[in-house]
Amino acid sequence: MAIIDRAGRSDRADLPTANRRPRRTPVGWLREHIVLIAGLLALFYLLIPNIVVVVLSFNRPEGRFNYNWNEFSVDAWTNPCAVAGMCDTLAVSLRIAVLSTLAAVVLGTLAAFALSRHRFRGRGGTNVLIFFPMATPEVVMGSALLALFVNMTIVPLGFWTILIAHIMFLLSYVIVTVKARLAVLDPRLEEAAMDLYADERTTFWRVTFPLALPGIVAAGLLAFALSFDDFIITNFNAGSEVTFPMFVWGAAQRGMPPQVNVIGTMMFVAALAAVVIGQFAGRRRRMR
Amino acid sequence: MSTLPAEPLGSLVQPGQPDIPPPRARLRSRRLPYLLLLPALAWLAVFFVVPTITLFSTSLQTGSIYEGYTLTFSFSNYLDAWTRFWPQMLRSLLYAGSATLMAVLIAYPLAYSMAFKAGRWRNVLLILVIAPFFTSFLIRTLAWKTILADNSIVVELLNALGITDVLSLVGLTTGDRVLATPLAVITGLTYNHLPFMILPLYAALERLDIRLIEAASDLYASPFAAFRKVTLPLSMPGLVAGTLLTFIPACGDFINAELLGSMPATAMIGNAIDAQFLRVLDYPSAAALSFTLMVGVVTIVSLYVRRAGTERLL
Amino acid sequence: MSDPIRIAGDAALRLVSLSKRFGDVVAVDGIDLTIPAGSFFALLGPSGCGKTTTLRMIAGLEEPTSGQILIGDVDLAGQKPYRRPVNTVFQNYALFPHLDVYQNVAFGLRRRGIRDVAAQVEQMLAMVELTGYGKRRPSQLSGGQQQRVAVARALINQPSVLLLDEPLGALDLKLRRQMQLELKRIQSEVGTTFVHVTHDQEEAMTMADTVAVMNDGRIEQLGSPVELYEHPKTTFAANFLGQSNLIDGAVESTDGDLAIVAVPGGRLAVPLDRMPGTSQVHVGVRPEKLTLTPADQAESIPSHHNRLSAVVVETRFLGVSTEYIVRILSGQRLAIFVQNAGQPDQLAPGADVSVSWDPAHTFALDVRQAADAGLDHAGVPA
Repeated sequence: MAIIDRAGRSDRADLPTANRRPRRTPVGWLREHIVLIAGLLALFYLLIPNIVVVVLSFNRPEGRFNYNWNEFSVDAWTNPCAVAGMCDTLAVSLRIAVLSTLAAVVLGTLAAFALSRHRFRGRGGTNVLIFFPMATPEVVMGSALLALFVNMTIVPLGFWTILIAHIMFLLSYVIVTVKARLAVLDPRLEEAAMDLYADERTTFWRVTFPLALPGIVAAGLLAFALSFDDFIITNFNAGSEVTFPMFVWGAAQRGMPPQVNVIGTMMFVAALAAVVIGQFAGRRRRMR
Repeated sequence: MSTLPAEPLGSLVQPGQPDIPPPRARLRSRRLPYLLLLPALAWLAVFFVVPTITLFSTSLQTGSIYEGYTLTFSFSNYLDAWTRFWPQMLRSLLYAGSATLMAVLIAYPLAYSMAFKAGRWRNVLLILVIAPFFTSFLIRTLAWKTILADNSIVVELLNALGITDVLSLVGLTTGDRVLATPLAVITGLTYNHLPFMILPLYAALERLDIRLIEAASDLYASPFAAFRKVTLPLSMPGLVAGTLLTFIPACGDFINAELLGSMPATAMIGNAIDAQFLRVLDYPSAAALSFTLMVGVVTIVSLYVRRAGTERLL
Repeated sequence: MSDPIRIAGDAALRLVSLSKRFGDVVAVDGIDLTIPAGSFFALLGPSGCGKTTTLRMIAGLEEPTSGQILIGDVDLAGQKPYRRPVNTVFQNYALFPHLDVYQNVAFGLRRRGIRDVAAQVEQMLAMVELTGYGKRRPSQLSGGQQQRVAVARALINQPSVLLLDEPLGALDLKLRRQMQLELKRIQSEVGTTFVHVTHDQEEAMTMADTVAVMNDGRIEQLGSPVELYEHPKTTFAANFLGQSNLIDGAVESTDGDLAIVAVPGGRLAVPLDRMPGTSQVHVGVRPEKLTLTPADQAESIPSHHNRLSAVVVETRFLGVSTEYIVRILSGQRLAIFVQNAGQPDQLAPGADVSVSWDPAHTFALDVRQAADAGLDHAGVPA
């Protein structure tokens, strides 16, 4: 990659260059690096709970609640499904996440193409409408949907209402993510394709879609994570169905087993791995 | 062109995109955009717009779960709900505001470091900021119960340094405890929404041309003055976006209050709505509160849209 | 898979009354142009003159409001870009980032259903001197290399016309000069009609066989570089290509095949066949055609030469030459380029001089044309 990037920033980005004076005193060193230190502290603040989750997964709690360290044990790791019903809720959450992601990605991608490539009346209004589910507090959306489902008893509360609710709030995120990717897509590439004897359909499948794909994949991953982890909206519309976050919520009242931490750790590792792989795949594709 | 880390917040978080000309208007296929848009829009219309209307109508009904509800256009439901729950509403604003402020103070140095001082580590930092976001936030929030437990290192340290006494005076903590106090709730709120503050800020700062700061230095500005006069104003769009994305969800949150606070002393409006809907089953009051919250959000967003335009939203 | 229209043989490209409006704005105003087959043709003009729009209409990326685009007898206007035997080299190269060089170059052939592309791709890469780069991605190439891939990608399809949209704009000076020679070489090797759009008059003059100067959606003048330079027909052409001195005057009389024009400070002779036919004219002469003689040596000037007395105001040493700015009687300033041929003395500001030149180098333009057409605010060619 270029040494000087677009903003004129060089790799050794220490600034402001005009004010640099050698700082030999500890106070001086502190002053110069204060921002960096604060930043690192912030990062620490962000990551501490994750570290606690991981550590506590290796705990054998004293009582019903796994909040305080007692003694080291790998019991939870060797018997992850020992807790009654937890793995069932995991399966439910996974099913919902996969289905809602698929639906949201398909509908959302179509909409993203419409919004970013075409000018039509109502475009501004549609943009605002799509923004709202992201900005509205989940309590409001969840309770509103509950009110709807209760009033219109066509669909009983349960798996399907959860699915419907998830697709609803995932749409906005998918549309925003895909739109962002389409915005950076140079339209002249499509012109070049047509100039080189590709008709509209071929241009789409050979140029537009492959270039939009990273955005679509990113949207899918985001949607999956948001769906799997959702609690508030799900809780309102679940009826008698139980998803994993709902299980955790109940566990916070009834008794928190370390297996929950095990799942939490696995999710963290999986997310980390997915992001790292994504970065590497992107870099390797550029190198080849 | 790494897409994964910064995608969630759309164009708010576009690090350094090249100058791309706007798409030429396709005048030929007039109907195509509507067709593409229809499924998603229909879904949102049925499952977002209609429920909102239903919510509004529910808030104007009277009755009970046993007798059934009738639409009586009783706007008095709103007055009733406000008089009963104004402490929660106020608390929501207060907590959300404090959390937003704390988030700014914590996020800015981190975003600044990432944008200007990170160099090769920038991607690693981005990963570290985003990855926790993808793991079950309930579990992570519960981890704060451990961190802020009465006998934890953190709390013992705070007690030893006398900080908790100072905080008690302000009403943020009670006695020696941090858990089940407003401070715990605010801490949880801050933590949960931190990525939403960091990413827009980072995007705005990353786009900043470093030569502007160098120019300020050249014109005799001290580092702090350069920050105040150049960096801060130019990062404003990111700051505003981050504030919106933090304050609004924080207002409606109830998980932090329930897990880290103690009812009813730290109850927020979210808790009230949840309780009214699912436990007390007083749908009209719950709906009234809910709709009030909704209107608040719409107002704030509208003001933002008015100033920034609809395209900047996404 | 599309089959583009095939046009046999050497067919000329003709634009007939071609127009393009964007709402109220007329970008291209009914231009007529014939570009001979196999020539290197340049469309020259400042930004916003409509040259890129014209090019895009030929490529099919823009629909004309009216007019025809003919290659031979076939009217291409209304045809989709993928049906036209025309290929484009885009300004930012527009290489497909998700494909490597080989796949980029082979793209057009594959879309036409041709399977065995290896030999042709290798041949093209060799022609643009990028053998062995097939597996690289566009992002791994320098600007110059990307540009060559773009040329290869277009030429491999053997189009009837190759369109180049300011392809050298993003390159630095040295590379640009190099690529100008490259493109010229390739064009003579392959023999395809090249239509090159540029705002750089030096580029147009060095590369093209024929140049059309465009301004405000219209063609100001069409001709070979030499003809355009030595015989500009409009003030725009005179100022946009190189530099011109324009002195206003009134036609007085004729003397054989010369017209005599009265200007402040004297009389100037202009060849009759260069006169625009109006009574008031701009008398024009290029700075390098002028000779500066110190006032006390004025007798050495040939008697039939035009001459004006002046005072040196400024001198600028340009290495190859020295530019003198002198002020004539009316207060107008003239520019003179004197080649640094090793003459010992340099005239200093304040010196009294005589500016003289051979009348054969004079041209004249209708005075109603704006004297500053083709210049930007700083008085520099736009």
